[in-house]
Amino acid sequence: MVVGGGIAGVQAALDLTELGYYVYLVEKSAAIGGAMAQLDKTFPTNDCSL
Amino acid sequence: MRPRYIDADKCTACGLCTKYCPKHLVDQYNEGLAVTRPIHIDYAQAVPATYFIDPEACLYLKHGTCQICVCTCQSKAIDFSQKATEKELQIGAVIMAPGFGRVPDATLAKYSYGLHPDVMTSLEFERLLCASGPFEGEVKCLSDRRHPKRIAFIQCVGSRDLGCNNGYCSSVCCMYAIKEAMVAKEHDPEVEITIYYMDMRTQGKGFDAAQKKAEAMGIKFVRARVADVMPWDKNLKLTYSTLDGTHSFEPYDIVVLSVGLDAPADAKNLGEIAGFALNDYDFCKTETFAPLLTTKPGVFVAGAFQGPKDIPESVTQSSAAAGLAAGLIAKDRGKALVHKTYPKEQKTGKDEEVRIGVFVCHCGINISSVVDVAAVEQYTEGMEGVVYHAQSLYSCSQDAQEVLKAKIKEHNLNRVVIAACSPRTHEPLFQETLKDAGLNRCLFEMVNIRDHCSWVHANEPAAATQKSKDLVRMGVAKARHIQPLPEQTVPVTAKALVLGGGVAGLTAALTLAEQGFHTTVVEKEATLGGHLQHLAYTLQGDTVSTVLGELTDTVKKSKLIEVLTNTELTQVSGFVGNFSSVLTTTKGKKATETTLDHGVIIIATGGREHRPEVVLGNPVKYSETVVTQRELEQRLSGKGKNLAPKSVVMVQCAGSRGDDLNYCSKVCCNHAVKNALKIKALDPAAQVVVLYRDMRTYGFAEDAYRQAREQGVVFIPYTMDNSPKFKSSGKKMSITFFDPILRDEVTMTPEVLALSVGIVADGTENLSKLLKIPVNEDKFFLEAHVKLRPVELPVSGIYVCGLAHSPKPVEEIIVQAQAAAAKAAMPLGKGFVSVEPTISCVDKEACIGCGLCESLCPYQSIRIIKDENGKRKAETITASCKGCGICASHCPVFAISMGGYTDEQINAQITAFGAQ
Repeated sequence: MVVGGGIAGVQAALDLTELGYYVYLVEKSAAIGGAMAQLDKTFPTNDCSL
Repeated sequence: MRPRYIDADKCTACGLCTKYCPKHLVDQYNEGLAVTRPIHIDYAQAVPATYFIDPEACLYLKHGTCQICVCTCQSKAIDFSQKATEKELQIGAVIMAPGFGRVPDATLAKYSYGLHPDVMTSLEFERLLCASGPFEGEVKCLSDRRHPKRIAFIQCVGSRDLGCNNGYCSSVCCMYAIKEAMVAKEHDPEVEITIYYMDMRTQGKGFDAAQKKAEAMGIKFVRARVADVMPWDKNLKLTYSTLDGTHSFEPYDIVVLSVGLDAPADAKNLGEIAGFALNDYDFCKTETFAPLLTTKPGVFVAGAFQGPKDIPESVTQSSAAAGLAAGLIAKDRGKALVHKTYPKEQKTGKDEEVRIGVFVCHCGINISSVVDVAAVEQYTEGMEGVVYHAQSLYSCSQDAQEVLKAKIKEHNLNRVVIAACSPRTHEPLFQETLKDAGLNRCLFEMVNIRDHCSWVHANEPAAATQKSKDLVRMGVAKARHIQPLPEQTVPVTAKALVLGGGVAGLTAALTLAEQGFHTTVVEKEATLGGHLQHLAYTLQGDTVSTVLGELTDTVKKSKLIEVLTNTELTQVSGFVGNFSSVLTTTKGKKATETTLDHGVIIIATGGREHRPEVVLGNPVKYSETVVTQRELEQRLSGKGKNLAPKSVVMVQCAGSRGDDLNYCSKVCCNHAVKNALKIKALDPAAQVVVLYRDMRTYGFAEDAYRQAREQGVVFIPYTMDNSPKFKSSGKKMSITFFDPILRDEVTMTPEVLALSVGIVADGTENLSKLLKIPVNEDKFFLEAHVKLRPVELPVSGIYVCGLAHSPKPVEEIIVQAQAAAAKAAMPLGKGFVSVEPTISCVDKEACIGCGLCESLCPYQSIRIIKDENGKRKAETITASCKGCGICASHCPVFAISMGGYTDEQINAQITAFGAQ
């Protein structure tokens, strides 16, 4: 079980499935993505955050 | 599980409900700077793409009225009968990744936050900059919508501040402030931006360079403390004091508070529920050498909750935590996986009749409010190959997939064209449906008439409809030529090779062994342990030799780990899953070679201490009195009396950050503080002066920095244009530097001059040639994606961790090693590598063996081999080809084609573009 659906939680969940495990990803809000989804761009390459 | 009040299977995310919902609601996603409705979705790309109703704001759920959304929803997705449900799960491991919390508004109040609308947090400013933000990316003052001419950023708000019990450094604010300032400057080059800071902590890989770029753009950096911000006529007055004690004030239109990362609001609650401990700041409590273990066995931590950190570090921790969790439940690997089965794929031969079905989507009103969908559908009537055409309200909805499957069967379709939205988001869904219907997923072509037509030409419906027709015609033309492509897999040798027997390599090998994989560790020296052998203690007080001893013992005892010392990698061939390496072991004068077959490579070759001969323009001779921090540490941890020198001057960034090396080594500030504290512990009367440019004791190390100042260690900043001068005086060295508080030059002749030197890459260039993987300008390995794939290299099956990637402290090295092992375990665990169908394919007849493709491929995925007649021919390594198309576009004899994008297909598309 991964608690939190921000970038950390989503990455952990994805990696666990790739490693061969069933994962429950728990997020308290209505969408995953967390704080990163609110960012416009990312440092230092200014890639789009979404 | 709280209800959404919307059936996810039926909701098509058309947005009609939000349009009709009569109640307004503050938009939290936009940090309260915009309004939304109780029924909404946070942002267009949200996952799941299902709307939801805020029960606290909904008129029906609160007052039993309204229900307008129910009749507007065409797919009947709204379901007010949903109730909260509870689930009980049996789980083997938990990863805690709840993120971070907000700094309380009370801390921001002294800067007039809440009092004046133009004082905003950095996250609010981020939303202002964003195209999906409240002003569609236009930067405006919230007070009167004017465009700001002067913007100030105040750093360390809610960080490095005992006033709000946040003694730590949040580690991300310097970077995001630079980013936001640069983006704002791009929006309006005329805007003046000043960043007020204490220390610029841009210690990450390539971060200093970004700050230099910001300075070159005209962004000003001022080392100062900001006293307050007050409303001043239409503007804001920012009062600050600089290092020399002068107070000044400046007017600004917008003041951005670079707020730190607080512990998550529910940290205590989570800790109690799961039974793990928190640290003094309510972040998760962890140890230096086990950074992702909580105090509760089986519960791991990742991301900002482990301590404030940026995205790449969070992503690395997540992979590492996944690897650790996988190690814990290794015996259950693969047991609970859900494998989907598909009907047998029907054969679609080249000579078979082409039977195309075209589906044109309304996307609710997203497309049909602009494009005449019926006209576009009718347009396909009679087109060559088209045997069926239809419209659908939402082609992505669940029932539309059923219809699609049924129509494929009914009309015996063998090509499908869907004119709808973006293939980037929806192609996988439709391809899945094709597979369910027994068709190869490559017999699919998607035409984007939403983004390319209805969205960008919203005001020109006739032209948008015409363009839709053109695009559909082109899509159909291509579809006539598309062919099924094979889904291939390549088997994997389930063994790993780890290069380097330092803490990174050993940790990676252990993490792999815990998951059950056989690993060979290759170390060029005679002993394991790397750099850690030269360190005595950590900033947190661990005794390094004890921890390192335990680590090497565990590795040596492991039945799955083979250790080869005095050994180097001398040859390697093959590709992901199927490498073959020659390892050369040297014992005295005798060298023996062994060949090893393995599936993955982890590079953990480390770095070495930089020993510059000139520091800040002063020639340096290392001696008893002029030492590096590492040498000082060895002296301080020795036996006997008088270990601590009576007086020490430490010089930070000796040879780093533009002096000799161009980068920051991330560890030297902590090292200096660690040694300074040790000296003070041994002899409180000893005099310690640290000359620095920016003290980069980021994260919780800030506590140690504060402690050092409390214990009388003197920290004095210098600048590159007025840097310390060294002069030999007998056996000792005297140092002259400018003290900004005294505003005068000071000369000291300390017993020891300790140079905080950086870390340089070691042997990466050789390895780079051997493995054909790139290094950056500082000779460290270049990862596949700085943010999202920080431990993977561009060549599949090769991973990097530790100092070979970039300088970093031991805690981060351990995490990175665990992450690299987790990533490497993926192909090993699966036993195969899936090959994407859209890869390059060489026509051996046409190939002239010139080798241009091999030299250009960025992924080492095409090579020249000798065919049975001894002729040079190119060959795609399907397992690692990424389908970028560089080889195909450069082949001088057109011998290379790309699956799904052949010349025939593209030409047909272009010809159809010109035809009417």
